[in-house]
Amino acid sequence: MKKKRRNKLVIGTIGILLALLWLSPFYLMVVNSFKTKKGIFSNVLGLPEEWTFVNFKQAFIDLDFVNAFMNSLFISLVSVTIIILFSSMAGYALARNKSKISNGLFMVFVAAMLIPFQSVMIPLISLFGKVDMLNPGGLIFMYLGFGCSLSIFLYHGAMASIPASLDEAATIDGANKWQIFWKIIFPMLKPISVTVMILNIIWIWNDYLLPSLVLSAENATIPLNMFFFFGQYTKQWHLALAGLTLAIIPIIIVYFFAQKQIIKGVTDGAVK
Amino acid sequence: MKNRSVSFWLFLTPTLLSLALVVFVPFIYGFFYSFTDWNGLKATEFMGLANYAELLQDEAFLSSIWFTIKFAVASIILVNIIGLGLALLVTQKIKSSNILRTVFFMPNLIGGLILGFIWQFIFISAFDAFGNALGIEALSGWLSTSETGFWGMVILNVWQYAGYIMIIYIAYLESVPEELLEAAEMDGANSFKRFWNVKFPLVAPAFTISLFLTLSNAFKLYDQNLALTNGGPFRSTEMVAMNIYNSAFKEYDMAYAQAKAVIFFILVAVVALTQVYYNKKREVDL
Repeated sequence: MKKKRRNKLVIGTIGILLALLWLSPFYLMVVNSFKTKKGIFSNVLGLPEEWTFVNFKQAFIDLDFVNAFMNSLFISLVSVTIIILFSSMAGYALARNKSKISNGLFMVFVAAMLIPFQSVMIPLISLFGKVDMLNPGGLIFMYLGFGCSLSIFLYHGAMASIPASLDEAATIDGANKWQIFWKIIFPMLKPISVTVMILNIIWIWNDYLLPSLVLSAENATIPLNMFFFFGQYTKQWHLALAGLTLAIIPIIIVYFFAQKQIIKGVTDGAVK
Repeated sequence: MKNRSVSFWLFLTPTLLSLALVVFVPFIYGFFYSFTDWNGLKATEFMGLANYAELLQDEAFLSSIWFTIKFAVASIILVNIIGLGLALLVTQKIKSSNILRTVFFMPNLIGGLILGFIWQFIFISAFDAFGNALGIEALSGWLSTSETGFWGMVILNVWQYAGYIMIIYIAYLESVPEELLEAAEMDGANSFKRFWNVKFPLVAPAFTISLFLTLSNAFKLYDQNLALTNGGPFRSTEMVAMNIYNSAFKEYDMAYAQAKAVIFFILVAVVALTQVYYNKKREVDL
């Protein structure tokens, strides 16, 4: 028993040391964002000798942080909402229809996951440019296209545990398909909707490449402004690091409150 | 729902339409234009396989493929070993288990672009400071050579992705029945034997998923590459995704870039399908 307890102590200590190692990049980012340019030059690893908040003020202005944050929020929330609504509808229709056409369509959605973004990137931008859709609306539509395959796959899987007798009972009571889905099925899909929401929001909130090709400066999201901001301040680490810290704060806040759901959502998305 | 029923098709219309317009139409359109002199707006001439023939002579493209393969191999090995190690660690009954999971997973919530910028600072400034403090010369000048650029990319990727892969291994490790481990312990199996003979075979499906995810992630990596090294020095750390992007949006050679994109698709698809096939076969054999 004594040996077991000592083992646990050793394992716990290793865990904590590893966690500190994992966090060290964040530590270095945060402490250096409070230093002056000179302060970083003379001392990278330690705490600042004098704390300054000027870096944050300038980064906040140059990143156009409020605007970028609202743009990121708008695009992420609208995209994720329509992905959830439309993918759940499709997942339901495909799961309840056992015909060859339905199976074939399901395979088409799955096959789409094999196509990497870079393979369609150039013609996609060219085509959407021709019809004047290189704007937030076009971007949201693209997110539906890229996000729906995995989401439909997850909804389709979740439908297996919802008995078809529910549909039949509701049909006898006179409900049509539309009512059955929204009143009975969709509420039962809530756990998988949370997973779909988490997986898509992580990806869309952080996406850089697609919005960089689609959005103009006034609609820019946080990653886009971060890219320009960083380019502007190369080697001015005190400002660059303050900007990076700012950009991470919203994510850490959400993670703090929803870590259980996030980790569960990611697990379900990867394992299924 | 019947095929002929209107509601079946109505329920599918939004996603089918978006998938078609965003993925399949561009895919077919791009495939066709990769055989022409397309400049992004129009094509005037059918060129046959000329773009593809040019690819075989393109040293920058070939070396980006080679770099990507090397990166993928190093990443797969390290991410999976460390990810499994972390999973074994946090599934021990220790108090800090939940906090540790939270910490190791955290990098995955942050975009590759931001992570790349943070690590640029770590490699350039913090490594240098460490090197000076400890008298290790090898820690100076990181990212300025292709070798340190390569390992910089690998370290960043392992730091980010090991926590993600850990989550997958945890899901499988936690589904190993407790009685099975206890029975093995009673029969005198030590902790290594319990891992190797009891847990390992039951966790095998997690390898299918993890290898597949790590590999496809390594092939498609762009943001981290852009933010950490931007392909430098002298394009020596440029990965395939970045090479395609640069051909298209820096050199404006659209048809040629699309030919690369087609090859890229074939590479990714072949790798993915092979892996699924072999892993399914192995699982059946078990």
